[in-house]
Amino acid sequence: MSIDLSQFHQVFFEESFEGLDAMESNLLELECETVDSEVINTIFRAAHSIKGGSGTFGFTEIAEFTHILETLLDEIREGSRNLTVDMVDLFLQSVDCLREMMQQIQDGTEVEKDTPKELAQAFEKYLNSENSENNVSDSSGTRVGDASSTVGSEAEARTEAGDTNGAGVVVAPGGRRWEIKFRPNVDMLRTGNEPARMFRELDSLGHYHCKVDTSQLSKFSALEPESSFLAWNISLSGDVSREQIEEVFEWVADDCELLIEEIQSEEAGIVAVDESKVDELKIDELKIDERKVESNESKVAEIGATEARSAETNVTDAAESDDPDTKQEAIKAKKESGKAKENSSIRVGTEKIDSLVNLVGELVITQSMLSQIGEDFTVEDLSRLKEGLGQLEHNTRDLQESVLRIRMLPINFTFSRFPRLIRDLSRQLDKKVELKIIGEETELDKTVMEKIGDPIVHLVRNSMDHGLESPEVRLAAGKDETGLLTLSAYHQGGNIVIQVKDDGAGLNKERILQKAVENGLVGEKETLSAEQINDLVFRPGFSTASEITDVSGRGVGMDVVRRNIQELNGTVEVVSEEGKGCVFTIRLPLTLAILDGQLIRVGDCTYILPLVSIIESLQVEPELVSHVAGGCEVLSLRDEYIPIVNLWDTFKVEPDSKSIEDSILIVLESENHKVGLVVDELMAQQQVVIKSMETNYERVGGVSGATILGDGRVSLILDIVGIVKMAGTQASERGKVLDFPSKHKAA
Amino acid sequence: MESKEEAVTESADHSMMMNDDGAVDTEQYLTFIMADEEYGVDILSVQEIRGWETATPIPNAPTHVKGVINLRGTIVPIVDLRQRFGIASTDYGPLTVVIVLKVEKDHKERVMGIVVDAVSDVYSLSAGMMKDAPDLGEKVSTRFLKGLATIDKKMVILLDINELLSNDEIPEMSPTEAA
Repeated sequence: MSIDLSQFHQVFFEESFEGLDAMESNLLELECETVDSEVINTIFRAAHSIKGGSGTFGFTEIAEFTHILETLLDEIREGSRNLTVDMVDLFLQSVDCLREMMQQIQDGTEVEKDTPKELAQAFEKYLNSENSENNVSDSSGTRVGDASSTVGSEAEARTEAGDTNGAGVVVAPGGRRWEIKFRPNVDMLRTGNEPARMFRELDSLGHYHCKVDTSQLSKFSALEPESSFLAWNISLSGDVSREQIEEVFEWVADDCELLIEEIQSEEAGIVAVDESKVDELKIDELKIDERKVESNESKVAEIGATEARSAETNVTDAAESDDPDTKQEAIKAKKESGKAKENSSIRVGTEKIDSLVNLVGELVITQSMLSQIGEDFTVEDLSRLKEGLGQLEHNTRDLQESVLRIRMLPINFTFSRFPRLIRDLSRQLDKKVELKIIGEETELDKTVMEKIGDPIVHLVRNSMDHGLESPEVRLAAGKDETGLLTLSAYHQGGNIVIQVKDDGAGLNKERILQKAVENGLVGEKETLSAEQINDLVFRPGFSTASEITDVSGRGVGMDVVRRNIQELNGTVEVVSEEGKGCVFTIRLPLTLAILDGQLIRVGDCTYILPLVSIIESLQVEPELVSHVAGGCEVLSLRDEYIPIVNLWDTFKVEPDSKSIEDSILIVLESENHKVGLVVDELMAQQQVVIKSMETNYERVGGVSGATILGDGRVSLILDIVGIVKMAGTQASERGKVLDFPSKHKAA
Repeated sequence: MESKEEAVTESADHSMMMNDDGAVDTEQYLTFIMADEEYGVDILSVQEIRGWETATPIPNAPTHVKGVINLRGTIVPIVDLRQRFGIASTDYGPLTVVIVLKVEKDHKERVMGIVVDAVSDVYSLSAGMMKDAPDLGEKVSTRFLKGLATIDKKMVILLDINELLSNDEIPEMSPTEAA
């Protein structure tokens, strides 16, 4: 075959990562004692696809490893083995391991071999241990073969795992005889399954004999070439296990009647020999296990000593450890090294594509209508032209919306990783936690989604570490033993709001304040509102973790969380009630590309305000404005006092009029506070495409971006939070600098 | 002034230029006039030359940053090179020229426009014809001078584009200046 398979690699990776995600989430569902066969099947199917795919593309490491995993899954599926919590753990670890291997292959880096090997050994242990206890009587070469591969060299383990024909099964002589009745359904051939190929595979398993049953064959005139009328009776002898035969028919299991029966023969002598062998092997195995445990222990100790933060964290060590943080760091380090190969793509639902196609169709119709009008245009056609243009506008807007929807994905993509995180963390911290996810269908721009994951992880970790208490403390405080952590997402205006809420102890205000004073963030005699105190945790240089509680000592700054969110034009705030828990609320724009804007004018300059932040606009009676000490103006609006910001002053542009009664005041909401912005004129509202100022220039205070207006001019999009801050610092500077009296008076 | 004298003494190089024309290691420079002096920039960094159009001012930006323009959908900042060099600026007229330059900064290409009085000529210069900029004392920063060259007995000041424009990163926004 001369097809270049590498062109499909990207698709394979995407599918495999999805498969791994599916495995993970299903594994987490499995935790309850009752095993749902459907769930197991889903996991099995995912694993099987990964195995198949990786085999096809020649990623033998993955294929081999998945094979072992699949073997155990298969036994659980058949009910011949009970699922234990440890097994789920092992499966989860191997999902991680597979994900990492996949990442390494994708990045083109060396695939790490130690972790899979260790996990594979753990799997082998399961596969052998119970079998050798329960099934010795009907044991055959298969089992002994498996065991020997554990004890034997790695090379042997590989052949066993990699070769679906089971090359490791050669220890015991003789074999079993199987009768297979295989009757495909009429339409099996249409699914692309070819019986001849399966028979060929059976032939490679052992001695094989096949009889065709043509009883169902219809007359030649009624024969359809695409239908299958034949059935086969196959007898197979050799060292073949039921699993191996089933595997041959794996893909057609639903499309046929299949009966596999073993024909018993006398094998007593062999069994006796095998038993002794098995005993020997078991001893060897135990030795290995002990050694493994030791090495694991020393590893854990090592990790404890070096701590997650140490710069020279050994990548291999970290990947093997159970510490998700170090692991993440390691993965990150690896990712950075292989970043060049990253190639992002997006999976889009067909219904979204369909709607796009429809819209483009409509657009084409409108266009042809317009060009028809334009061909010999008379004044009488004016109304038709206007109508046509209206339609065009409508089409364009619809099209724009659907194109943007393509980038939207349900936030589940981010949330889905949390059940696992919570599970691991709650074990690690010895806390009982229930995770509740609300609104996982809320859609969010892909870019925003990618960047919001880490901050949320951080907040969740924080809540687990420092928010939620241990079961004893909770009981003592009269709460339910199990802590509740809620992740929710919903739309509000043009924003998406994501909340991380826990019912733990809440922020400890005194300790925060004390720490802030120690660090010099707050003067000793300053009095702060509760809100301001809570806000301190986001300040750089204020590491919450190790100081406030000593649970983990991981004090990675919350300031990083805030900075990441601010980079997305979002905000984060915390509300805490002592003893009852705290809520972190993240607000993000739905998309980074388009904004509903209100055009405003100050002097010669046109600016754009995000429409969502505007509450109202009004003309102000001068009596309602009062001057608070320091020159700051406030407006008494109904029951509230709203600080006023003069845009002309902040931006140093010449306005039409400096007196407030000639201007228009726009009441805006910024970070939960209201603020009044004084402008000369309100102009049109329109959707604008956001362009970055940073691409060619640099970040500008008070400006979140720029856009191009209909006439080709550039207009700046205002960043309200930034403007309020600028106005604040300017006012305070004026307060201090006394040789600036002219300006001060003007304000 | 000092620099000019030094450049003149090097005029012996003038004859060399003729021989070297078209040689392997010559670089082409686009020159422009500003306050009666001729400046040169590497022609490979020039994206286009266009007439002056009103730019959208950036609030609180340094005075030499005139604002941003829409260059076929991208937002491009415009710098008045006169003001950047501390020369009194003139009124912009229909003959005022903006040279759009590509600047490499941290492996990221940025586009910027500079306002100059007029575009002059294109010269091929070999490395030997370029003289290092003399130390001009504290008052004039030689940071963005690549060197000086003499062409037809006239001095051309060669500018290091990357240094020149990327230095905008340094905030010059003390309140007095911005006002």
